[in-house]
Amino acid sequence: MTETHVAVEQAARDSWGRLLAFLSARSGDVAAAEDALADAFQAALETWPRRGVPSKPEAWLLVAARRKLIDAARHRKVHEEATPALIAITDVAQQMADSAETFPDERLKLLFVCAHPAIDLNSRTPLMLQVVLGLDAARIASAFLVKPSAMGQRLTRAKTKIRVTGLRFELPGASDLPGRLDAVLEAIYAAYGSGWDDVAGADNRRKGLAKEAIDLGKLLLQLMPAEPEVQGLLALMLHCEARREARRSDRGAYVPLSEQDVVRWSSAMIEEAERLLENAAQFGRIGHFQLEAAIQSVHAHRAQSGQTDWESIAVMYEALVRIAPTMGALVSRAAAVAETRGAETAFQLLKEIPIQSVETYQPYWALAAHLLKRMQRFDDAKSAYTRAMGLCEDSGMREFLRQKAAELN
Amino acid sequence: MNVIILDAENCVEIEPGGKPMKYMLMFYLNQTEFNSRTDPKTRDAFWGSFLPYLRAVREAGIFAGGAGLEPPDTATSLRILDGTRLVQDGPFAETKEQLGGYFLIDVPDLDAALEWAARYPAGPGGGV
Repeated sequence: MTETHVAVEQAARDSWGRLLAFLSARSGDVAAAEDALADAFQAALETWPRRGVPSKPEAWLLVAARRKLIDAARHRKVHEEATPALIAITDVAQQMADSAETFPDERLKLLFVCAHPAIDLNSRTPLMLQVVLGLDAARIASAFLVKPSAMGQRLTRAKTKIRVTGLRFELPGASDLPGRLDAVLEAIYAAYGSGWDDVAGADNRRKGLAKEAIDLGKLLLQLMPAEPEVQGLLALMLHCEARREARRSDRGAYVPLSEQDVVRWSSAMIEEAERLLENAAQFGRIGHFQLEAAIQSVHAHRAQSGQTDWESIAVMYEALVRIAPTMGALVSRAAAVAETRGAETAFQLLKEIPIQSVETYQPYWALAAHLLKRMQRFDDAKSAYTRAMGLCEDSGMREFLRQKAAELN
Repeated sequence: MNVIILDAENCVEIEPGGKPMKYMLMFYLNQTEFNSRTDPKTRDAFWGSFLPYLRAVREAGIFAGGAGLEPPDTATSLRILDGTRLVQDGPFAETKEQLGGYFLIDVPDLDAALEWAARYPAGPGGGV
């Protein structure tokens, strides 16, 4: 029994995403494919102890899932449209059983479907995590600070949309590709962000997804090896991840970047990030992910040079805010300019950002507080620190901000 | 092996007609710089894969007078900030890692956020 469980778990780890992608692509129905696949795995748990683990578990699962899909289609009285697709699955499964062949990897198409324009923006990341990586809805919900039931509904709606709209499982054409790819990359980027602060895994409510985001990035790189923005995004995530161990002290205190011990940075990850970024540069198609990664590269360079080249960072932020002027980029650019042109100039840049956009954008207030402090406007700094503290949930971060505020006295 | 040599001034407006404009920045790396990447004598100095990007940005001439002295025109930033295409926050080290910046990925609306803000003690002497 234990041996079966191990075999089934292994199959799930290795093959869930690929199996689901293939079944979804053939049936056009992600939800039905998920149910069928889950049933197939359940059947494996019941049958393999008796009959032994099959020599080709994937082929077995594919056949079992197909059977379930047919049953479900019959139940829903869906006839002619479903049949050709299901026959195709059978053919493939047969080929697999007879030879060393495996079924086509449709995960790239699945990723593009998840980030299709018709899919709600805040459903794309959760959908990708669930259908490509097999994460459960509760885990995804906790990472995004959403109730599990609400996340479940969001996912169901998205999958219904795929089926009802008849979204095609195909790669976008050349003219659509840059925009559609950017949407895929944005969804992975959003997943990475959700994993940011939970360094020690201390907050059970908010278990991060950084590793999963990087897994998605690596998968995308494998499936699209010649896209510089794909490389840029992965380089960016690896650079950030490389410094994870340095962001908190052993006692859990927040350690600012300028004070991080570079010995704690993962040189292996940094090197991998640098290789990716260099490779991407060869294509001659800069994009905002490459630029963000390049900025990270400058920070990483402190391990070599002992200094931070703020001038280079500021120059690249100029490009970034022109091609991707998000709140994050605009505020961070001001932070960089504070280092190259001083607090007053940086504060002017901050004030250019429409206030209603940043009411709840905590980094804006953290930077404003820092700049006001440097400008010796202590009362205003204190208000800004308080606001920044109120907008964050992490106790280590609040403690850091509280200390900075206390220095004003 | 030759490296891509393109006109650095060639900026392309990809989405005309009121939508956010995206500049495609071309770049070039001359033969000397390219060789320095692998030459053991110069490799360490080059290590810093950001250099091609830095060069590209400078050569594209998209800003005058030095970094940080020309804010993007307000109309552009308003349009972009109202847009829904881009994720608005990211792992920007300058705020997240240096200044106690926090990721607030999924705040449903202003009221919810203010509710959170009210939840935490303001500290001695101050309100939010």
